[in-house]
Order: sequence, then structure tokens, then C-alpha cells
Amino acid sequence: MSESTPTIVVIEDDKHIRRFLRAALEAEAMTVHEAETGQRGLIDVATRKPDLLILDLGLPDMDGVEVISAVRGWSDIPIIVLSARTQEAEKVGALDAGADDYLAKPFGVAELLARIRAHLRRTLASSQAEGYEFRFGEVKVELVERRVSRAGVPVHLTPIEYRLLATLIRSAGKVLTHRQLLKDVWGPAHVESSHYLRIYMAHLRQKLEEDPAQPHHILTEIGVGYRLVQ
Amino acid sequence: MDESRPDPDQLLEELKRDEEKEQRGRLKIFFGASAGVGKTYAMLLAAQAQRAQGVDVAVGVIETHGRGETAALLAGLEALPPKRIDYRGKQLVEFDLDGALVRKPALILVDELAHSNVPGSRHPKRWQDVEELLASGIDVYTTLNVQHLESLNDVVGKITGVRVAETLPDRVFDRADDVALVDLTPDELLRRFGEGKVYMPQQAQRALKHFFRKGNLIALRELALRRTADRVNADMREYRADQAIQGAWQTKERLLVCVGPDPGAANLVRGASRLAAKLDADWLAVYVETPRLERLPQARREQILKTLRLAQGLGAEAVTLAGTDLAATVLDYARVRNVSRLVVGKSTLTGLARLWRPALAERLAERARDVDIHIVAGELDERGREGAPPVENTMPVLGTAGRRIRWRHYLYAVAVSAATTALTAALLRFFDLANVVMLYLLGVVLVAVFFGRGPAVLASLLSVAAFDFFFVEPQLSFTVNDTQYVFTFALMLAVALLTSNLTANLRYQARVATRREQRTGALYALGKELAAALTGAQIVEISSRHLQAVFQARVALLLPDGQDRVRQPDPAADAPAVDASIAQWVYDHQQAAGLGTHTLSASPVHYLPLRAPMRTRGVLAIAPRDPGQLAVPEQSRLLDTFAAQIALALERVHYVEVARDALVSMESERLRNSLLSAISHDLRTPLAALVGLADTLLGEREPDPKTRRELTHAIHEEALRMSGLMSNLLDLARLQAGGVRLNRQWQMLEEVIGGALRAMRNLLASHRIELRLARDLPLVNFDAVLIERALCNLLENATKYTPPGTLIEIAVESRDKEIWLSVQDNGPGLPAGLEDKIFGKFIRGEKESAKPGVGLGLALCCAIAAVHNGRIWAENRPRGGARFTLALPLGEPPALPEPDDPAPPHTGPVS
Repeated sequence: MSESTPTIVVIEDDKHIRRFLRAALEAEAMTVHEAETGQRGLIDVATRKPDLLILDLGLPDMDGVEVISAVRGWSDIPIIVLSARTQEAEKVGALDAGADDYLAKPFGVAELLARIRAHLRRTLASSQAEGYEFRFGEVKVELVERRVSRAGVPVHLTPIEYRLLATLIRSAGKVLTHRQLLKDVWGPAHVESSHYLRIYMAHLRQKLEEDPAQPHHILTEIGVGYRLVQ
Repeated sequence: MDESRPDPDQLLEELKRDEEKEQRGRLKIFFGASAGVGKTYAMLLAAQAQRAQGVDVAVGVIETHGRGETAALLAGLEALPPKRIDYRGKQLVEFDLDGALVRKPALILVDELAHSNVPGSRHPKRWQDVEELLASGIDVYTTLNVQHLESLNDVVGKITGVRVAETLPDRVFDRADDVALVDLTPDELLRRFGEGKVYMPQQAQRALKHFFRKGNLIALRELALRRTADRVNADMREYRADQAIQGAWQTKERLLVCVGPDPGAANLVRGASRLAAKLDADWLAVYVETPRLERLPQARREQILKTLRLAQGLGAEAVTLAGTDLAATVLDYARVRNVSRLVVGKSTLTGLARLWRPALAERLAERARDVDIHIVAGELDERGREGAPPVENTMPVLGTAGRRIRWRHYLYAVAVSAATTALTAALLRFFDLANVVMLYLLGVVLVAVFFGRGPAVLASLLSVAAFDFFFVEPQLSFTVNDTQYVFTFALMLAVALLTSNLTANLRYQARVATRREQRTGALYALGKELAAALTGAQIVEISSRHLQAVFQARVALLLPDGQDRVRQPDPAADAPAVDASIAQWVYDHQQAAGLGTHTLSASPVHYLPLRAPMRTRGVLAIAPRDPGQLAVPEQSRLLDTFAAQIALALERVHYVEVARDALVSMESERLRNSLLSAISHDLRTPLAALVGLADTLLGEREPDPKTRRELTHAIHEEALRMSGLMSNLLDLARLQAGGVRLNRQWQMLEEVIGGALRAMRNLLASHRIELRLARDLPLVNFDAVLIERALCNLLENATKYTPPGTLIEIAVESRDKEIWLSVQDNGPGLPAGLEDKIFGKFIRGEKESAKPGVGLGLALCCAIAAVHNGRIWAENRPRGGARFTLALPLGEPPALPEPDDPAPPHTGPVS
């Protein structure tokens, strides 16, 4: 992996979308490999050793979720999924299968680039030693001491609230589905109790966000899950 | 009025007949006076001539009877293989109807039209096979001897002394397209007979010798010639009617023949048939079931039904009427059906009996002034003279079953007589003998009331005997000293018999009336329930239930699917074993089949087509526990009425569905049209802009970087707007198609508001946003994606219709059993009167405005509110500006998690 020129594989069957993705990514000094089909794309992912995969869920030859599962069999590179806006179930399926993020069509280039950068940064960070401090906005989380403060003022979190925050921090920038969060924080028996999650998420926002109704860090992905952004 | 103008009804019928004729195959009959005249030979000659002209000819059945010259003519004709049928261990050969239908030649030869098929074939008679061939459009050549014609059967029998069992209904002969008479003089025929050229089976040789006498042959030839001449006559008449040749044309005659239980009825029917043929008249065979006739033994009733079937076979319309007065019923019916002539048999009663009960003819003549009455000598044929005809079918008939002789009733009669005698003996000490006699009469009346006629007659006789034996001097002996008592006995017997008869009659009539009322009641009940039925399944259920109860039968209803194949919707556990192929045949041919019919009568199930005015709606399969039921006229009439009612109900439901579909498609058509026109406008406008902008960018003169940037930005805007429009359109289409599975979860409106604000942040940048959320808002059960869509649309709307810089407020509050989410602004507000209409599809606040969007946004909000059982409305705020409120019902939120911290610093939004 080269830090200066990240390699990106794009699996997308539409010619025009491939073209503008290539243009946008190459303008950012990234190396782009295009694949039209899932099969072709899997070969590219295996041989080119990319830093990130952009995957369209509607492929002619195979289901996008199958591609994700196959890739996750031997690689944990970030996967950004492109999907139609209304298919929430499809997005959740892809995220549960191991995708990191999604973009609904039509999407802006700026948005895409921001996401790509965030994910590249995240992998870079995690590949280095596990940080002992995490900051977003005015909030500072000291992971070893389990201390949380906002603008220098200590914030008291309940054990569950802290577990939730820690889970979000571990996958910062990544979209976590309701199911993934429930499983990590409450355990596999509670994956259907999504209202637990909503209530604790509201607690967290009240304690950590400036305006809980218009959060800037603990974001809601409607119908899909949550994401922590720095 | 123009006398020569053709009757339109007649023309229509003519057209219809021609049309039918065109689809049907043509039937040509080679008709002869007797065997040996060369019919088969003539038929084969004609077939060879057809083949020479290139017609596709096949031989179905030909009996050459070993005659070489006939067999030689078979050369070059394709012979269809016969069907082999196992019958009682023997293998019999029969014409293969299905094979012929599959092969479907243009012309098929089927010898001996009157032949009876081997049991187990589809139809009992070959002419029915031929009918089916014709119906499927195959031309048929066939042969027939005059003695096989049903109406001439008895005449030929009388002349020759030989009766043939195989007969052909005259209508088959009359409906044939061509009849070619194959004629040979009797002398020539006898010469051929002598030369052994006429086929004779060994066993019938003597009878045939008797048959082939010159006198017979002359008579037969005359009959054949005359019958052919009648046909020619009829053809001529038809031709004259066709060509509108006015001549001796008169209103068509209609004959009515009264069929009774007399043994001569069959001959009466044949006579009526001949008369009808001569007059070219329609004819009806009517049987009036009076209480007296209903009491007849079942064998006689069977005979009547057989006569009616015979009449049907001869082309009559068979009708069964019910009434108490024979003459009045017949006349009433005759008037209704516009009958011009009545045919009745001569009374077989003589002497005093005629005074007592005048013959039907006389009673009719007394009342009928506008109808001619023909009295046909009621001569008996051999069968008649032997008394009651042998009953082939000894199936018990309903209605008679209740009348089965019960020997126990006779025992009761004896007991009552004995008791009366004992009582009389006891009372004799106090009363005079003449008074006590009345006790016997009382006993007889009681027996008549409770046990019917037979036991009452027995009681009468016993009473007189006991009275004589025990009480008249000398006692304990039947001898009578005083001759006066003989008069007493006679009187006593007469009174006893008369009262018992009258009582039994009354009792019987009451029973008949009850049964009639039961039938009417059953019909009424069915009609009432069917009238309320809304679906085919309901009709099936209702009909099955009623038919089961009324007919004591297992019932199945088969309804056609899209491909006109009848199927049993979902067979009940006790449904009869329905043969799908028979049911299909019944549906296709619109004829009853199975038990009690001429087609596949071996089946234990009776199949009835459900004929409605427009078309056949299905097939009713009924397996009565008592198979004889269906033979009883009143029961089969009841079944027919049931079937007609069911068919009508099915047709009604069918048209209700058709009407509903039409309404739905009209409505959706209207919607589609307004949608299409709206979309074509609102999609084309941004598209036109996009194409124009792109063209400018691609233009020959390179735009300067600033313009270039502006143009690109505009393209971006337009494309995004189209994307929004498409989203709304798709969402609305999905919601309205009803195929959306809501992903409802207990969640907080706060999150949705945050999501919506983030999604709309670019658009909202030009406006000021204020949130007013009540604290401690409850969890609400909704589909977050849809509610976010609704909110986005409301926000977009607010930015679209208010100037930049306007304050947009989002407020959430709980009200009663609802939670209200409102978006309000302090802009210009809504035009008056549009507050409700604004949610209609494709309506915009401003007409023909330059502002984009088809007004789909609000319609989508409305649909989203509806799927959540909520509501949405718009209003103007008192101090200016518009307010849109989405109200969602509050439900019972699920149990909340236990607080995991003993002392949480804040309580969250817990309801």
C-alpha cells in the first residue's frame, strides 16, 4: 500500500458512472481499476490489492452482497457501496455483510471523496497502534481510563452508554447498522430491540452533542443505522 | 302494411340456422326401404366421387356384409381403426368416435345410422356419435332404412310383423342436409334376395324370409318414398319462405299432445309426431300430474316418463305440469304457448264409467273454443295389451318411496277393527245395535286418517265381517237371518269405503301440498341466499349446502377458468367423485350427461350445465343417494330450477366483477392520464434545460470560465431537481400500488428531523430554521424513511413558496392520542380555499408558475400519512404564513430497558 497514491477498484456496470468516478478519483491522484462485473471485480480486488473498493449493488452477473462476502473472506479493505435510494433493506444487507459505508444514487463527487478519504484515514489509523484517546468536536474520550469529557467538563456515562460510544469510536466513520450495534452492546439476544438503541443514542446525544436534534457527530442514517464522524 | 315483407324474427332465425349450418358438418343420409337396396354401395360410390375431387375422405364404419362389389369400392379409401371394447369378457368392436374427432377428415362414412353402440361407449346410439362429428365440423355420409325411423316404427311393425329395436329420432332425419333415396323395385329386390345378394345373419333367417315378402316390400317402399316426399315438400316450403314467395303461408301451427298413464300413450305420441310433421308444426308433449296420477304405481309413472322421453326423441318439447284439474291445466298452458291444436287419446272407459268421469277430450271440448281438438284412437300395441309394461328399471322413485306398502299399517287396521268389535260388545249392553254400528265407521275413518287408503279398505271389509259375525243373528256365524241386514252391510261397506277414500285423498293431497310447499320453500331459501352472495365462492358454498339438503345428495360445482376448462374450486370432503372429462363435455356441449341421461349414463353422478342467458357458467355435479330421484319430473324440474338460479347468480356476480373492473380501470385510466400530462410537462422542462445547457457547453465558441461554471452549476441543479421528482413519483407509485411493506419501528421524531435537516441542508441554507421540540417526547411507531420523506417534502415546499430569509419552524408536540409534527413559515401563506385541494395530486398552489415540481410532494405526504393511519392538513397561521401539520397516532410503546445506572444524571426522552 502506498500512502501517496491509494489504489481503488470500482465495480460498476454503468459506463458513465465509471467514467466520472475515474475522472474524479484520478484528479485526487488515486489509481483506479474498473470492473464491469462482479467476477471481474473480484479478480481485480485479489490481484491489484487495492486500498478501497467501490461497489455497485446492482450488478449484471451476481448479487453485490455476494461480492462483499467473498471479499470479506480474505480482506478487510474498506468497501463503499453504491445503491438506489429507496432500497434501505439492500443497504442494511450490504452493511451487515461487511460493507463499511454506502452512498445513495445520485450522489455528489464531493460527498464520495470525503467518504473515501475518511475510510482511508481510518484504516491507516487502525493499522497503526490502537490510540488511547479519541476526539470529536469538543468531546474527548480517554479509552484506557474510560473517561469522557466535553469542553473540559467530565461527563458521566452509564456503562451501556459508554459501551455504545466505544463501539461507535471503534468503527468511527463507518455506518453501523442497528443490528450490529445491538449485538455488540446488548448481545445477540437483543438484536430486534431497536428502541433500546434509539433511547440510549438519544441519551448520548443529549450528553455529548451541542444540539441533540441537529447532531454533528453522532449521525442517524435513517432506516439503516448510525455513524460517528469526527 | 306490405304483405310480402318477411317476418324479421323468421329472418333472424334463418340467419342463425344458416350460421349454425356453416359451422356444422353436413349430414347426408342414403335412405332406403329395406336392407339390400344398395345404400352402402351408393354411399361408397358418392364417397369415391368426392375423393376423386380431392376431398379428404375417411371410412369410419362400413358393413360390406361380405358383398364383393361393395368391398371393391372401399379401395383407396382410408379406413379408421375401430375401437375395441371389453364387454362382459368379450371383445367387441365399435366405431372409434374420439379417433375420428382427432383425425378430423373433411368427410367420414358411418354406416347404419340407427345402430346401437356397445355398452360402455360414450353415447348409447350411433346417431349421437354422428351429431358430435357434425358439431365438430365434419361432413358425414350415412345410411338408414325406413323401419328405423321412430315415428314409423309402429306402422312398419304392423305391416311386417317385425319390430326393430334400433330406432332413430325423426328430427335427426329431418335435420339432415341431404337425403338421397336409394330405390329398388320390390321385384328386383326379391331377385337379388333370391340370388343371395342380400345379407342375412343365420339366426334371423326365418324372420327375414317372413320380412321379404312382396306385400311388405311394396308397403315399405311406399313409406320410404312418402317420407322422402315429405322432406322434399318441407325443403320446398323452406325454399319458398326463403325466397319470400307468398302463398299459402300461415302462422306456424303448434300442436300439444296430452300424455297420460294409458298404455296407448306411446302410439298417441307417434301419431302426434306424424301429424306435426305433416303440418310442419312445433309440438309439445304435456303430462299433467294430478294428485290422482301422482298415486300411480311407480312402474306406470316410469312408463309416463318413458313416453315423454320418446316424445322428446321425436322432436317434441316435453313438459310436465302440475295441477288438480287436468283439462283446465292443459288449456291454460295451451293458451300461454299459443297452441292451435290439441291431440288427445280416445277414452278407454266405457258405459257408466264415462258418465262418472267424462273423457278428457269431452272436458276439453266443453271449455276450448279457440283450439282444435284431435282425438286419436287409443289403440293399444302389443306391449299395451299385456297390461303394465315391463319395467326395465326398478329404481325406487322419490315420492313413491313414502308410499311403499307398510304391512304394519294393515296390522294396525286389523287391531283397530278388533278393538272396535270389543268396544261394541261392551257398549251393546247400554245402546242399541243400530247406534253402535257407527263406532265401526269411526274406526274406519281413523284408520284412513292415520294409515291411508289400503288399510282403510281392509278395515271397512273387516268391520262389515265382524259386525255380521259377532252381532247379527245368528251370532258367531256369517249367515244372516234377517235379509234387512244385507242392506245394512251394503250401506255400511259403501259408506266406509267412501269415507276412507275421501279421507285418504285429503290426507294425500295435504301431503302433496306440503311437499310442493317444501319445494317452493327450498327454492325461495336458495334464491334469497344467492341474491346476497357477492363472490363465486359464496355461490358455490350456498348452492352446495342447499342442494345437499334438498336432494339428499353429494354435490360439486365446477367453474370455468380462463381457458374455459371447468375445475372444482376447492373440493369439499364429501364431494362426489367428479369425472373431469365428463364435466368438460357437459360444459362444452351445454348438455346434461351422466346418471339419468343419454350420455354416459353409467356414471353415478348427474352432470348439469349451469346455463345462464349469456353463456354456460359452470357445471353442477350431483350424486343423489337415491338415483331414482332425478327421474321424477317434479324433482328434476326442481333441480333444473336450482341450476338456473345458480347460473343466474354466477352470471350476476360475473358482471358485477366486470363492472367493478371497468370502474377501477376507468379511474386508474383517468389518473394515469393526468399523471402523464403532468409528468411530461415537468420532466420535459428540466430536460430541455439540461439539453440546452449541455449544448451551450459543447458549442463551437468556448464559453469563458465564469459562464462555464455557471452553466455546469445549472446542469447540476436541474439534474438534482429531476432526481427529486423521480423519487417522489416512485414513492407515490409504490405507496398507491399498495405493495409497500412498512418498516414500522418505535422511534423518536427527533432523529427523523435531524436526518431530514441534514438531507436538506443545501436547500435550507437560504432560510432560517428553528426547532421547537417538546421535552420528553414519546416513542412513536412509524416508518422512519417515509416520515423523513414527508418532512423533506414539507421543508422543500416551505423553501419553494417563501422568499429567502424567511423563518421556517419545525414543531413537535403530543396532542391527545396523536403526535403533531408541523412545519410552519411566516411567508405569504396559502391562497384561500386551497387548504384542502392542495393535497390533491398534481395541484400546485400557483397555476402555471415557473416553480418546478408537479405538486407530487404534498400528494406523497398525504399518502404517507394515510399508510400510518395518520392525517395531514394545511392552514394559514393567524399572524400570516402557512402551517402544515402531520399527525401520527400514538400507540402503546413497548417496555423500555431498565436504567443501567442507579443514578443517571439526565432522564432521557422517556414517555
